[in-house]
Amino acid sequence: MPIEVLMPALSPTMEEGTLSKWLKAEGDPVSAGDILAEIETDKATMEVEAVDEGVLGKIMVADGTENVKVNTPIAMILEEGEDKSALDAAAKGDKTPEKSEAKSEDKAEAPKEEASEENGDDDTEKPAGPPLAATPLLKPDDDPEIPDGTEMVKTSVREALRDAMAEEMRRDEAVFVMGEEVAEYQGAYKVTQGLLQEFGDMRVIDTPITEHGFTGLGVGAALTGLKPIVEFMTFNFAMQAMDQIINSAAKTLYMSGGQMGCPIVFRGPNGAAARVAAQHSQDYSAWYSQIPGLKVVMPWTAADAKGLLKAAIRDPNPVVFLENEMLYGQSFDVPKLDDYVLPIGKAKIARPGTDATIVSWGIGMTYAVKAAEALDEMGISAELIDLRTIRPLDIDTVIESVKKTGRCVTVEEGWPICSVSSEIAKQVQEKAFDWLDAPILSITGKDVPMPYAANLEVLAKPSVPELIEAVKAVCYR
Amino acid sequence: MATKAQKTSETASKSRTRSAKAKSDAKKPASADTPPALTEDQERHAYREMLLIRRFEEKAGQMYGMGLIGGFCHLYIGQEAVVIGMQMALEEGDQVITGYRDHGHMLACGMDPKGVMAELTGRRGGLSKGKGGSMHMFSREKDFYGGHGIVGAQVSLGNGIAFANRYRKNDRVCLTYFGDGAANQGQVYESFNMASLWKLPVVFVIENNKYAMGTSTQRATAQGDFSQRGASFDIEGEQVDGMDVRAVREAGLRAVERCRKGEGPYILEMITYRYRGHSMSDPAKYRSKEEVQKMRTENDPIERVRVRMIDRGLASEDDLKAVDKEVRGIVGEAAEFAQTDPEPDVSELYTDILR
Repeated sequence: MPIEVLMPALSPTMEEGTLSKWLKAEGDPVSAGDILAEIETDKATMEVEAVDEGVLGKIMVADGTENVKVNTPIAMILEEGEDKSALDAAAKGDKTPEKSEAKSEDKAEAPKEEASEENGDDDTEKPAGPPLAATPLLKPDDDPEIPDGTEMVKTSVREALRDAMAEEMRRDEAVFVMGEEVAEYQGAYKVTQGLLQEFGDMRVIDTPITEHGFTGLGVGAALTGLKPIVEFMTFNFAMQAMDQIINSAAKTLYMSGGQMGCPIVFRGPNGAAARVAAQHSQDYSAWYSQIPGLKVVMPWTAADAKGLLKAAIRDPNPVVFLENEMLYGQSFDVPKLDDYVLPIGKAKIARPGTDATIVSWGIGMTYAVKAAEALDEMGISAELIDLRTIRPLDIDTVIESVKKTGRCVTVEEGWPICSVSSEIAKQVQEKAFDWLDAPILSITGKDVPMPYAANLEVLAKPSVPELIEAVKAVCYR
Repeated sequence: MATKAQKTSETASKSRTRSAKAKSDAKKPASADTPPALTEDQERHAYREMLLIRRFEEKAGQMYGMGLIGGFCHLYIGQEAVVIGMQMALEEGDQVITGYRDHGHMLACGMDPKGVMAELTGRRGGLSKGKGGSMHMFSREKDFYGGHGIVGAQVSLGNGIAFANRYRKNDRVCLTYFGDGAANQGQVYESFNMASLWKLPVVFVIENNKYAMGTSTQRATAQGDFSQRGASFDIEGEQVDGMDVRAVREAGLRAVERCRKGEGPYILEMITYRYRGHSMSDPAKYRSKEEVQKMRTENDPIERVRVRMIDRGLASEDDLKAVDKEVRGIVGEAAEFAQTDPEPDVSELYTDILR
């Protein structure tokens, strides 16, 4: 009976891809290990290998088809002795074709994580049915600073970051980007895609795997007035460079009595990806936010990623720009403006509400949005605050909201002890104690190293139900 | 002290033409030959500048003892020929970066002794407004990039300054100083790799004063010839008599010239000696008094110039006494300023954190 070849998942979280090219035609013999087709995700082009022997009987998804869902049948392979009639039989449903998951091989050995629309909390309870959406998220064009009628372009966070760098590099010759695989490879997560081609290898610089050394090199160049963007393949690897970030980049302005600043951006994915376990899954937002002399930005949407990265590159201070791999592939409206720059240090109300304030930032916002939608259905109106910048912390926006709602819940993927949430809770109780109607609660990652097992990983992260329960609790519901 | 001609590993010289060329460049020098004589002006300059560092550091030590200088204070006494000789090899616009034993480097770069001393006492007229202290001073004007307290960190930073030179396509060279202790830090080798890979215009000046704090090089390094520490990265190097300002200058000129021509980094291991402890609080029990005394009497870098000048008839004892007097005057003025200048205004606590 013919064997179905299914659209393979190229990472644990991939949902769809483009079938860019078939390398075998119908009627071609196929052996195990033969490359059948190339599949393109937003991050990489991968080859699909056959795992069965036979003849390529039928191509079911044509070259160039976009958005092919994982596990969609893309071809049928006829086994020895079978002919086309077997295909017809299979199509008529006389026999159930055997399923065969094609083996995929990442051409470039890109890390096998991929952005996801979901957030790893699929196993958790979700609000049933569509939310009432009484209070939709505010769109970038609700921002009074964006002119009415500005065109919005759906852009992934990955593209928005690339666009921000490209625009700033066009604008200022002193800006350059360096890091592992940023040039020839086009970025381990394709964030620097196309930059080498546009700006050349003097400004888009592949470094050896040498975080401590290249971070110090970037800082030294910044002390002379250049404006490096140092990409860490992930912030987990920046721990090796922590001394240069803190002792050299953050402190030199103060130690020099204001003479020698360090205009540099340290950027890259931060926090947990998917199934990469303890050493590759850590959120550093609290660590860097403790350091005077640093700014720490952690955007959620593509528009914020773009506007804030442009601001970070122009900032005369060292900026730690914490991205998230799970967000790279997510798309948001980005205003089509020649120069979209957002202020660092300004939170935004992502969604107005009246009953409770949920404060989050970066990937944490994905939990907050889902929880708020579910809470709507329960008759609880949550106001969502997206901090966007953690240092300097726009506590005023939080306080203003808490004075309105009387309740505050924070959500973040970072660890609970000495977290950004701890700091927010401390400042809110200091500045809005008399307005609070309930204790401040925090939903965070659990106080454990990130486990590998899928079920444990879900447990180690915060969840939407936990957040919903926390908001209900502070509302005494 | 005999200097040692450099040894290049055969593999390195065979593997790349650049090495072979570098090797031939480096042939003429460093061997035990007497370095070229300095002119009268150069001798006089070297004498005065080294003496300024010596007297400044003696005064700093004294003021530390009086409680006027706090925290750590690492004196440069004994190593003066290194910075003065190297400075004589630089051009305007070349940069310097070093570690925490930095007073001599700052004075050599022409930074104001009053500003340095007032920084040591934590006063508002200090080069960092009193907020940096002994180990953290900088001068954009004099292209001095610090003054760094974390052992070895300045090596990566120096690479970055050299990288910026290459990026800007200027022909500046960065001198990156570090000690025999720092030479064992991992980031030094990360830096060597990138400096060689990208042919950065950086001279790595290793000041081997034989002790990393209290640990002698014999106890801390598996391979004691620091000039060869770049061999794995195709970086040539040589040992230099760091107690002879002529030898330092001569080696410095060659190294800087190579860098300026775009031939990439070079290592100069300066064999030198510090007379004082690692810091003011170090009783230096790890070495004998005789060892220090022997160095002082037989090999003092300032005394060597003094004797030469007298012998060559370039100066009389009286001439040199006049220089000493002038230098003492400068140092006295610096010390006076450092004690009378007020502490920083309390409002300075919260300035210069961000721009």
